[in-house]
Amino acid sequence: MIITSGLTLFSIGLGAATILSVAGRLLYVKEDPRITRIEEALPGANCGGCGFPGCSGAAAAIVANKASASVCIVADAETNGVVAAIMGQEVVEREPELAMCDCTGGQRATDTFYYEGAFDCRAAHQLYGGSKSCPSGCLGFGTCVRACSFNAIHMGPDGLPVIDYDECKGCGSCVDVCPRGVIGVVGMTARLLHLNQTTDCLAPCQQKCPAQIDIPKYISQIKMGDLDGAVATIRERNPLLVICSRVCPRPCETQCRRQHVDEPVGINMLKRFVADRELRSGVRLPIPCAKDTGKKIAVIGGGPAGLSCAYFLRRLGHHPTIFDAMPELGGQTRYGIPEYRLPKADLDWEIQGILDLGISVKVNTKFGVDFTLETLKEEGFDATFLGIGAWQASGMYAEGEDLDGVMGGIEFLTAHALGQKPAIGDHVIVVGGGNTAIDAARTCIRLGAEVTLMYRRTRTEMPADMEEIVGAEEEGVQFEFLAAPARVIGDENGRATHLEYYEMELGEPDNSGRRRPVKKEGSEKRMAASLIIPAIGQKPDLSCLYEEGDEESCPLETTRWQTILANEDTFETAIPGIFTAGDVYTGPDLVVSAIGDGRKAARSIHYYITQGEIPIPDATQRDMIPHTLFKEINNVERKDRAVLSHLCHGDERNCTFNEVEGPLSEAEARAEADRCLRCGLVCYDETIDQQEYREKKNI
Amino acid sequence: MQEYFLLFMGAMFVNNIVLAQYLGNCPFIGTSKESGVAVGMGGAVVFVAVMAAAITWLVQRYILLPFGLDYLQTLAFILVIASLVQFVEMFLKKMIPALYKSLGIFLPLITTNCAVMGIALICQREEMDLLTTVLFAFASGMGFMIALILLAGIREKLAVRRLPMAMRGTPIGLVLAGLMSLAFFAFKGMI
Ligand SMILES: Cc1cc2nc3c(=O)[nH]c(=O)nc-3n(C[C@H](O)[C@H](O)[C@H](O)COP(=O)(O)OP(=O)(O)OC[C@H]3O[C@@H](n4cnc5c(N)ncnc54)[C@H](O)[C@@H]3O)c2cc1C
Repeated sequence: MIITSGLTLFSIGLGAATILSVAGRLLYVKEDPRITRIEEALPGANCGGCGFPGCSGAAAAIVANKASASVCIVADAETNGVVAAIMGQEVVEREPELAMCDCTGGQRATDTFYYEGAFDCRAAHQLYGGSKSCPSGCLGFGTCVRACSFNAIHMGPDGLPVIDYDECKGCGSCVDVCPRGVIGVVGMTARLLHLNQTTDCLAPCQQKCPAQIDIPKYISQIKMGDLDGAVATIRERNPLLVICSRVCPRPCETQCRRQHVDEPVGINMLKRFVADRELRSGVRLPIPCAKDTGKKIAVIGGGPAGLSCAYFLRRLGHHPTIFDAMPELGGQTRYGIPEYRLPKADLDWEIQGILDLGISVKVNTKFGVDFTLETLKEEGFDATFLGIGAWQASGMYAEGEDLDGVMGGIEFLTAHALGQKPAIGDHVIVVGGGNTAIDAARTCIRLGAEVTLMYRRTRTEMPADMEEIVGAEEEGVQFEFLAAPARVIGDENGRATHLEYYEMELGEPDNSGRRRPVKKEGSEKRMAASLIIPAIGQKPDLSCLYEEGDEESCPLETTRWQTILANEDTFETAIPGIFTAGDVYTGPDLVVSAIGDGRKAARSIHYYITQGEIPIPDATQRDMIPHTLFKEINNVERKDRAVLSHLCHGDERNCTFNEVEGPLSEAEARAEADRCLRCGLVCYDETIDQQEYREKKNI
Repeated sequence: MQEYFLLFMGAMFVNNIVLAQYLGNCPFIGTSKESGVAVGMGGAVVFVAVMAAAITWLVQRYILLPFGLDYLQTLAFILVIASLVQFVEMFLKKMIPALYKSLGIFLPLITTNCAVMGIALICQREEMDLLTTVLFAFASGMGFMIALILLAGIREKLAVRRLPMAMRGTPIGLVLAGLMSLAFFAFKGMI
């Protein structure tokens, strides 16, 4: 019996073995030995971040040439090197992509602590659409925290997920589970190319800023003490932070919700604080750039628009060359804005930092004279950016304005900045009410002359910034309101000696909403002047685009304000491959708008030279989002806004070009940052007592 | 026809191989963390169970019974099923590498999967004919697969829920399996 059993089992086993060995031969799979070796080299996290089923899937894909050697998102450079070596390839550096939460928190974050029910964002979202008032904000149950296989996310004290960038591998599991879409995995390139979308969590300040800086983010970084991070955040949208933090008229602050409580947050002072800290530290923070693409772009004009465009192109991996007619870069920020508002040394430092990224510069090269669009094409540039600003002064339309002793505002400031010491004599009349007029007047005061500023409306209608007007008053500039120039009177040598002007009165409002000045007949008066500076307005000088005297030969479409016409989203002109931005497109505007538009143009150029088409998403935000504008704000404690110290005072100021305003101290900056309400679309931080809140909500 | 239908439903739901007969619990817990893997594993079990039941039926009928060796049933079946799984493994590796990858270490688990063995033995105990055996094995395998996919679906959702530390992973899996088993008891009186 034992023998039978043994034999039976033996023969069954033998049969099976035979079949198996035959099958083994027939079904033998020749596996590439590299697959196993690569699989061993990979970290074995099986996270699926590479898009293949597990590490073995990734290994097979690498060997099959379906994925690059650096496909693994978890592997460090060394591992990638090993894998590449197995494949006999060189390592290609891949831009890291990290998770980002774009929700800023606000009131909804506190709510979650009192919410009872399923502790899952997706469940809450499905049951109630989320219990919070904001349609896109974070629900705060931390589903992403649990989904992260690298422990890179934890819940911060304010109930928002905090991502630990040393641990984050950018695998995207958090993105998959987030029902609100407030987490995304993005790399630097995608962040630089992003335009504000109405679906983003945009605080009002961020909607308003022409450069679209993530203001709430950098303020919270300052509050947390991450000052270098704040600089990096600003630099993702604005490379000229030293400049802007000094001269920007701060459109963002006009939208700050805090103004309904006390005063807007000092957004620009905070920018100044971090910018100056880097400036004075003597160490430049590194600015990462994407992998070289080898594309060449000509940037004509080295003002804020050109610098911004070149900077973003460089960070996107391209090779811009800046051409400028003047001996130094900076445009109006160098030749218009005077030293006492923006020290030239600081300006140089900032521009040098941008050029150090690897941007070539050709100064003293005038477009239209030294080179043309055709020669650029011949030299092999893939695209051209035109940012030549608005440098032609508008006239006063008064008789005798071409006499000696009459000098346009821009012309005067440029001559002064170039160190040409224009003769000003002892009494200067500046005509105009804008920033150029005030800058010219305050410069003349510093040169020791008596200055009268003549404006045809009253102080309330002046377009210049209020601080500038106050500054001029403090320094002793005389104001002659409701006065318009009629005629310049010269002596026998053809030199201006007097300005004849009318008195005006305010009539009906015109279409700009300001009351139109009407001249009083027979009210002519004269005022003696050694120099008359009309600073009425500027427009672009487009003569470089056409042959002398023949405006018809201009290849680009222009408007009646002598600006260049272009697509308002892509900034592409009528000629494909030629882009524009800055004052030459908008007419005289702000530094920050030139920077913002310069970035948008750089984005378009990037798409134009890499894929031919320039995508503009449907949800691109252009105007303020109406439901995010509030008229009142509740439950916020009042806190005083910081005040910038004055480095020198009114009476001593009229003989020095030293900077007038000083920076904040670190403590002041933190206190100011703490005033920020961290607004989202409709939420903001209520600084109310938790106990009181519970009682109110009966929880 | 009706009897086959009853056989089918009976094997799939009423006498579900895992939830009512508690066979094959190891892969049931082991491969139910992701529904993709669960489908693959379930498919493999269906395939192996059908093959195994058919081959063991032949072995029983033409080798063991004629020679009066049916006392060797268990041993012989183990041998046959183990070889069969080896064969399936080779087959999948060659023909469906993607499935082979995702089943990974679980394929060899089928070698010692008592669900497969159990199905083969039940068929013999009930003295079914070949057709019934194949159908029964297919239906039981499907029952296993359904249970596995259901559990995997629930566990995927659970993976991101807030759970007491001690309950995470296998413990909650077992509790769930128990609850599902209770639920399947509702089918008991139906046939
Ligand atoms: C006196 C004054 C004060 C101002 N104050 C403020 C302020 O406080 N805050 C604020 O936000 N804005 C202010 N502005 C406005 C601001 O300076 C401009 O909006 C901004 O500089 C526009 O940038 P841009 O790059 O478009 O042009 P620009 O700065 O004008 O730069 C144009 C560049 O192109 C070059 N260029 C011109 N023609 C050619 C050519 N044919 N070939 C080669 N290169 C050429 C120029 O040399 C220049 O470098 C002020 C402007 C002036 C004039």
